[in-house]
Amino acid sequence: MSGDHHNTDDSGPAARVKALEAILTEKGLIDPAAIDAIVDLYETRVGPRNGARVVAKAWTDPAYRKRLLADATKAVAEIGFAGPEGGHLVAVENTDRVHNLVVCTLCSCYPWPVLGLPPVWYKSFAYRSRAVSDPRGVLADFGLELPREVEVRVWDSSAEIRYLVIPQRPKGTERMSEDALAEIVTRDSMVGVAKVEAPRA
Amino acid sequence: MNGVHDMGGMDGFGPVVPEKNEPVFHAEWERRMFGLVLPLVRATQSAFDEFRHAIERMPPAQYLASSYYERWLAAAETLLVERGVVTREELLAKEDASVDPALIAEAVPVRGPAPVKDKSQKKPPRARFAKGDRVRGRNLNPSGHTRLPRYVRGKSGVIARDWGVFDFADTKAHRAGAKPQHCYSVAFDACELWGKSANTRERVYIDLWEDYLEPIATKSKSKPQERKRATRPKRVEP
Repeated sequence: MSGDHHNTDDSGPAARVKALEAILTEKGLIDPAAIDAIVDLYETRVGPRNGARVVAKAWTDPAYRKRLLADATKAVAEIGFAGPEGGHLVAVENTDRVHNLVVCTLCSCYPWPVLGLPPVWYKSFAYRSRAVSDPRGVLADFGLELPREVEVRVWDSSAEIRYLVIPQRPKGTERMSEDALAEIVTRDSMVGVAKVEAPRA
Repeated sequence: MNGVHDMGGMDGFGPVVPEKNEPVFHAEWERRMFGLVLPLVRATQSAFDEFRHAIERMPPAQYLASSYYERWLAAAETLLVERGVVTREELLAKEDASVDPALIAEAVPVRGPAPVKDKSQKKPPRARFAKGDRVRGRNLNPSGHTRLPRYVRGKSGVIARDWGVFDFADTKAHRAGAKPQHCYSVAFDACELWGKSANTRERVYIDLWEDYLEPIATKSKSKPQERKRATRPKRVEP
């Protein structure tokens, strides 16, 4: 599908980006080492593991869950996560009656500090176009079918708020520690296109 | 602008296809492109809104044919050339002969909003709407940047939350002032947006600045001096 493809060869965008970096470096506007540092940060440290820790804490610490729902920016900063695209975080909680799904129809806004950079499907035209008009159809693309009575709430991140879905804690995980729970929380569950599964015994 | 980027509710893009074990970047140039943008935005003192708008101003056919980081690349080139930081000629001279100069497409020119006076220093703007108020997305079609998607224009919703005061993207993207104002989470029933055949158990919550909204007059008349909140129409659970 157009918009999802990847140009990995060395012509086209690769040559243009190289030219851009060279010119801006010559002009003293950027420092290649700073680029290395940013890339490393988002490739190794800022990612969905952060969000998973937030969710696991909310599952195991009722007071934290309350703080997270009241002010997610503050609650997320408590465990050390903040940064670009995370200045105004809001957590929305899935329940037996309500399922939340996050999209950005106009571009691809995403809560970087807790989920890292968005996957290609989140940025795809298919997701951006259909998540608001056919959320159940989109969930079916991920193999998720919700009971008819469940209300689906789609959050279109059209301004400065960035959303984190708190998925439901699966049954059979009552004895798992916070750390172990963080291991089973997936990125997709925190965008709202999947449920968290209990590990198989 | 009524651009191709405003995709909410469009058909024809096919199913969503997730990639298994997806890497953060798919090519070295994507890495460099991503790493460039934050320092670049800082160096050119641009707002993210300007960057987003530069993406939206790509010629539509090119937008649709480009991947995410190709769109970032086009926007970076556009902003740098428009700011006079680099010239098209400089960019082309740095590249090898394999690059088609047409790839660096000229952005679609647009006229932005008239500059607004900054009144933010004194007191914060008061909220025109409160939770539970019924509102309609205004039928605005600005030629410049806007975060009011077509799919909510003319549609009725309910204020679910007041997020507080935020600078206005429509003016900020054009360096026409901050125009700070309240931004709300507005809930729209799927049936209001997509017609009677839509699922009654689906709802879209979208964040809209106050300038995008108009009140829906309530039938039971309240005295003019009481104006707001004397009557409370149907509420939506937040």
